[in-house]
Amino acid sequence: MEGLIFDIKKYAIHDGPGIRTTIFLKGCPLHCPWCHNPEGIKPQPEIMLSPERCIHCEQCLHACERGALQRRSDVIALNREKCDRCGVCLDVCCSRAIEQVGRHITVEQAAEEIERDRVFYEESGGGVTLSGGEPLMQPQFTRALLKDCKKKGIHTVLDTCGYADPEILQEVSEFVDLFLFDVKIMDDEKHKHYTGVSNQQIFYNLRTLSENGKTIHIRIPIIPGITDDEGNIHMVGTFLAPLQHIDKISLLPYHRAWLMKHRKIKASNEPWIADTPSPVSLTRIQEVLETCRLNTSIGG
Amino acid sequence: MTERILRLRQKSITTQPYVSSERAQLLTEFYKKHLRENTSPPVTRALAFKYILEHKEIFIDDGELIVGERGPGPRGAPTYPELCCHTLQDLDILNSRKKTRFQVSDDARKTYETIIIPFWQGKTLREKLFNAMSEKWKDAFHAGIFTEFMEQRSPGHAIMDDKIYHKGLLQFKEEITRSRAQLDPKNDPQAQHKEQELRAMDIAADALISFARRHAEKARELMKTERDETRKTELATIAQICAHVPAQSPRNFWEALQMYWFIHLGVITELNVWDSFNPGRLDVNLYPFFKKDLADGSLTKESAVELLQCFWIKFNNQPAPPKVGVTEEQSATYQDFSLINTGGILKDGSDAVNELSFLILDVLEEMHMMMPSTCVQLSKYNPEDFLLQAVRVVKKGFGQPSFFNTDAIIQEFLRAGKTLRDARQGGPSGCVTISAFGKESCTLTGYMNWPKILEIALHDGKDPNTGIQLGTQTGDPQNFDNFGDLLEVYKKQLRYFVDLKIEGNSIIERLYAEHMPAPFMSLLTDDCISRGKDYHDGGPRYNVTYIQGVGMGTITDALSAIQYLVYDHKMLTMDDLLRALDTNFADDERVRQILLNVPPKYGNDDDYVDALARAVFDAYFEVLDGRDNTKGDKYRVNLLPTTAHIYFGQMTGATANGRKAGEPLSDGVSPSQGADHNGPTAVIKSVAKIDHLKTGGTLLNQKFLPDLLKDEAGLCNLAHLIRAYFRLNGHHIQFNVIDAQTLRDAQEYPDKYRDLIVRVAGYSDYFVDLGKDLQNEIISRTEQS
Repeated sequence: MEGLIFDIKKYAIHDGPGIRTTIFLKGCPLHCPWCHNPEGIKPQPEIMLSPERCIHCEQCLHACERGALQRRSDVIALNREKCDRCGVCLDVCCSRAIEQVGRHITVEQAAEEIERDRVFYEESGGGVTLSGGEPLMQPQFTRALLKDCKKKGIHTVLDTCGYADPEILQEVSEFVDLFLFDVKIMDDEKHKHYTGVSNQQIFYNLRTLSENGKTIHIRIPIIPGITDDEGNIHMVGTFLAPLQHIDKISLLPYHRAWLMKHRKIKASNEPWIADTPSPVSLTRIQEVLETCRLNTSIGG
Repeated sequence: MTERILRLRQKSITTQPYVSSERAQLLTEFYKKHLRENTSPPVTRALAFKYILEHKEIFIDDGELIVGERGPGPRGAPTYPELCCHTLQDLDILNSRKKTRFQVSDDARKTYETIIIPFWQGKTLREKLFNAMSEKWKDAFHAGIFTEFMEQRSPGHAIMDDKIYHKGLLQFKEEITRSRAQLDPKNDPQAQHKEQELRAMDIAADALISFARRHAEKARELMKTERDETRKTELATIAQICAHVPAQSPRNFWEALQMYWFIHLGVITELNVWDSFNPGRLDVNLYPFFKKDLADGSLTKESAVELLQCFWIKFNNQPAPPKVGVTEEQSATYQDFSLINTGGILKDGSDAVNELSFLILDVLEEMHMMMPSTCVQLSKYNPEDFLLQAVRVVKKGFGQPSFFNTDAIIQEFLRAGKTLRDARQGGPSGCVTISAFGKESCTLTGYMNWPKILEIALHDGKDPNTGIQLGTQTGDPQNFDNFGDLLEVYKKQLRYFVDLKIEGNSIIERLYAEHMPAPFMSLLTDDCISRGKDYHDGGPRYNVTYIQGVGMGTITDALSAIQYLVYDHKMLTMDDLLRALDTNFADDERVRQILLNVPPKYGNDDDYVDALARAVFDAYFEVLDGRDNTKGDKYRVNLLPTTAHIYFGQMTGATANGRKAGEPLSDGVSPSQGADHNGPTAVIKSVAKIDHLKTGGTLLNQKFLPDLLKDEAGLCNLAHLIRAYFRLNGHHIQFNVIDAQTLRDAQEYPDKYRDLIVRVAGYSDYFVDLGKDLQNEIISRTEQS
């Protein structure tokens, strides 16, 4: 069985306890304009350009039969409508200026990669984290991989947006030790507007997990102008307060480092450009959540 | 930090190192006026040592609690003309060079011109050494195949054990007397030789005792004019201490520190030994004094800290004596590699961490100085809170402490023939190489440039830089049928150069044994007294010799590129590759990009290339390990560069990993700069695939962005990372916690960053004092983020 992934990060220390290997699955049902992994949204491989690496050997221009690659004032450019992702340009590019994001990997290959860092999991109480994109968009692969990890005694974390068929979630959660669960916007219309989907399914899933005794680590992206208003935060707090088995709540402040990736893959959605939330505004958000008796930390 | 420490520390940090001609002048005076004919070499050396210590300036700085300087004052560096007599041109270079500058006064220059040079020129060990080397050896030396440690400094790398805390030099003298009494001239043809050696040790012991007593006198003299009553009392105590140690064993914490310091000064005054001298297990050795003094109220934790801080400053006051030429290139630093050990295990194998281990980490953190270096010996028996405390200091970003794997080191020792008892009490000496403390002469003899040897192998034994036939003729690489052929040719060239280096080393070992005995260092090292033999002549219980391999990452990646592109996937011909390398990629940027981007690189936990790292390591191990030296012991492998990876890089043409000619090689066993892109766990996995237990030391550098250590979880995970590396038998790891932006800023505005200390290779140094190449090399190391 194969999955489509776009990265494997080792020494991941912010995706659950200890030292972890995080596997990023490609494809997400949401299209949040602040998404810090924009290359994880589309459920297909994509071409990524890094013009600063190009040495202008022009081999790619000659290789592309569809004329999808052009040179525009010294910079290589890709016409994504003409491109059929045949991959010829990838083979001739010597400087990694053209790369493919997204590759297929079998469960066995993924398991082998995970196994390589076992000594670090054992020393640190770490393990594997499946993230994305949205791992539940590839439920069979995700389930098979998590099952394999549990069989080998490796701690598992599933990082999810929560938008999934409850049955699928149920089948997978059997092999998950800890959920990293995003809570973004409480107002459903606003949620639909920004992420493209309703939040009803998400919150239903979150409640179910909580009722079923799964350990959950809530993560709230703090996106100035979208999620950070006091009204939203207060509603988040009210919603979370009665839930059981929430071991931790983290605020993930918006930052701009991802914008470069957004440009490189020419993601279709408009990026949300904002300033990084100030420490003062983060403290204020923490205070609002404290009124709901929720302790939070910043980052991770 | 008390006002006293602030002041002394500031002085130590800001004083420009300078050349002191005092030692050279006294030595010359002794040889000219006081040396009787037919005095044996050891006795000559001992008498010279005594003459220097009885006549040199005695310096006690205002407020000092630990006293004694090698030069006339802090940062004054003596010279050793009997080893290497600097020319006037050398002195002018020292005085004017931008990095590791030594101020040379007109007086010192004049003394050199009129007294030192006329007497020593033609008589130095350096000249004897070069005269004795073959033309082939010299060609290889000048081409940057290997360096030679002994051409300006003498074998050292010695570490003190606990014996000076139990017995004074008077007791050492008694042992010497007993050993002399047991000599048997009738049956032992070496008896006369031993008698001379032992007599020399006896004189050397007296020399240090009188040196200490001169400090007692000086303290009493200062008391007469001292108006401050508190200081007067301190001077009175100093006078008492210096009258007691090192003749007698120390009775308290303060005396123990002063005892070590006198011993240290003795060793580094006798000869210009590599890596100065090392206190070794300071926490373990001082703990009984600490405990007793705290219990009887004569010491508080605060006063212990202040004494330790005074002790720290003493090390920083002694820059490595001036080096020139290739020796400077391979070790371009004021750092003199004194290493303080904390942690590890006791003689009985149990956890050695005590209260002082923690206190030493506090002192290290607060002092924030380049010298001395401090390391943590980490055993599986050591508690987690100790490791975490050490990691908190690492977070401060000045590269200290470094971490050594005690459990692996013990296995390394046992493999090299040490007893379990000696193994448990040993550890790393100055840089990363292990030594049985107080019982070993572990001699590092020079660096070996592996990538250059591959370059020679790809050119039929010729150096493409000069056209000189340096190695043996092994054929045109275009005729090699497969990668295995190439590897065999590399091994042939490697064997040739290792043989050449050992041939030279054997001569040099005898030159030191014959002309440069070190009776003072000998009497400190078991079993020189009982054997009646010198430190340089097989007197110590163990006498391991090393030739340090350099460029592991570079050569591994170069071989990977050749195997992958030329043989396995036929994407390049050997002809294309050689042309690109020989022209330094002038018209082949595309080839360079392929070399950089396509083949697997060491440091990513990729078995394809890591197998080649093993092959490179095994090849070196096979040609070197177990070879005989002239002192009855063996050669062993260790992998570290100091700054030789910069110098060797300058001497090596373009390499098949896409590195341009002249650029630095990789350092230690670290991956090539920027070649590892899978994070620190992948680096550790790759590096652990070589068998560290078969070495006497390897060096792994890691650069971390401060963000990774911003919270407690980050610190804990770094601690776990170290534990995991050590579980895989890694030998040593050290960290720079700093971002490239800061380093670039420091390069541009050095005045803003005078105090920025970074980890170079087994030691720390001021970033702004490093050469530009080395600065760039550190910036280019992969940042784990």
